[in-house]
Amino acid sequence: MDTNIAPSFDVTRLRKDFPILATQVRGKPLVFLDSGASAQKPRAVMEAMTRAMETAYANVHRGAYQLSEVATEAHEAARGAVQRFLNAAEPEEIIFTSSATASFNLMAHSFGRGMLKSGQCVLVSEMEHHANLVPWQMLRDAGLGIGLRFVRVTDQGELDLEDLAAKLADGKVGLVSVTHMSNVLGTFVPAARIAQMAHAAGARVLFDGSQAAVHRAVDVQALDADFYIFTGHKLYGPTGIGVLYGKRALLDAMPPFMGGGDMIETVTLEHSTFAAAPARFEAGTPAIIEAVGLHAAVDYVTRIGMDAIEAHERALVDHAMAALTQVDGLSLLGGAQDRGGVFAFALEGVHPHDLSTYLDRSGICVRAGRHCAEPLHTRLGLEGGSTRASFGLYTTREEIDFLAQKLTDARRFFA
Amino acid sequence: MSAGATFDELHDLYSKVLRDLARNPLHRGRLEGATATARGDNPMCGDRVEVFMNLGGAHINEATFLGRGCEISQASAALLTELVRGKSFAEARALGDAVKRLASTGERDDSTEELARLSVLCTVHKFPSRVKCATLAWHALDAALAGVKETSSE
Repeated sequence: MDTNIAPSFDVTRLRKDFPILATQVRGKPLVFLDSGASAQKPRAVMEAMTRAMETAYANVHRGAYQLSEVATEAHEAARGAVQRFLNAAEPEEIIFTSSATASFNLMAHSFGRGMLKSGQCVLVSEMEHHANLVPWQMLRDAGLGIGLRFVRVTDQGELDLEDLAAKLADGKVGLVSVTHMSNVLGTFVPAARIAQMAHAAGARVLFDGSQAAVHRAVDVQALDADFYIFTGHKLYGPTGIGVLYGKRALLDAMPPFMGGGDMIETVTLEHSTFAAAPARFEAGTPAIIEAVGLHAAVDYVTRIGMDAIEAHERALVDHAMAALTQVDGLSLLGGAQDRGGVFAFALEGVHPHDLSTYLDRSGICVRAGRHCAEPLHTRLGLEGGSTRASFGLYTTREEIDFLAQKLTDARRFFA
Repeated sequence: MSAGATFDELHDLYSKVLRDLARNPLHRGRLEGATATARGDNPMCGDRVEVFMNLGGAHINEATFLGRGCEISQASAALLTELVRGKSFAEARALGDAVKRLASTGERDDSTEELARLSVLCTVHKFPSRVKCATLAWHALDAALAGVKETSSE
């Protein structure tokens, strides 16, 4: 199983980059299996942010003095780093927001209200995070005549492509907005195929890459994605910064979302004209230090290599599959062919919250609940939620084995 | 804190009494013709407790619950339905206040038989993220007595 791991990928050495992994929980080594909610931070990210504040901090895009110029350069360098990370054609296609959620809300306003017409609709799947559902419900309910449809998820946890084709058939879908990788089922969707189907039906396509971008190399041009969203804090970067990628021509046609400084061209008391993308969508002082942190995070994973990270995680997924399916009474949610390092499960006779409390006492951090995907849990008949273990590049097989052992212990404890 | 103490706390939290309450509640079910009812939902975790009561004057004649969730939320709901029967509104609310205090601070008051029975929840305060599980049913009780239909302890 180890043959897939690039020889340069040394998880023991990489773990030393994350100071928190050396800490203990109630005298037990920390076993952090909640990276899908938010990942831990390598020293390189913290140091880059501290260094920026200590040596190169001023507001950006404003001051005609050197310090502001240096800060502006650092901020724009982060944009360039994200452009390369996603293989976007131009840095202007990268918009910084405050979170993935903010990116979706920007889309619901600027694209949803600005570009969609009455009678058109948005198509999401049954396995979306609430961030890729609620803003579209709000758009639907805004009285603009814009609808909302749902693509089925199969019992195996795959996006049902036949249902997708059926929902696209009448040509009324203006935007397909689906997750690239489910934060509950771990499912990777066939993104290039979905983009092709959407485009053939005259729709634009947006992928929620909040999970996917952490685990695999993303090439927005190869996918032919019109829009792509991810967030900094799940990618080992800081909170407070998210990304919206959009094709230049689309961004140029979209009206702004928030108004304010930095997003204008000219302002009179009566009217304003707006700057081009990305500034048009970045009203107000941006998350300057967080952009530097995100840049450092992107550099960090790029240095390791997204392919090496993917190979490590594929081996972990195989290992977890084998280890978890051996736990008596455990049933995994979903069984997608192509999955990443996210495992939600139900343990017979043990409620997810009680289980999470039990595991915590062994130093294991997992998430219990519905993971911001309530409709999916309802669809799967798990109204009470599930327990989720999610991996990062620092996750080890020993941690997964320890989890499996403690799950067996928990079952005995709650018997 | 030693590793042993850590596991002792788990055993204290999930005591036999609490687990019996959660798994074999006396008054589980819908109360037909209930005159006061409210549902408590903790949306982040999905815990749900619906309290049904028959009120007479300023007293609670009967109480039942329906719900789903962790053992702490269900045990606390089961305990509620046992303890508030025959109590005045004020007495029932006072029990609820005692639960909320006990769950968040661990301060026990065993001065009455009813209050002493609440001590099954006295370890909850050592598990801060579980306090809202213990108090959910009691928030629903407050809401039902106030004529509110839905509430939460989050």
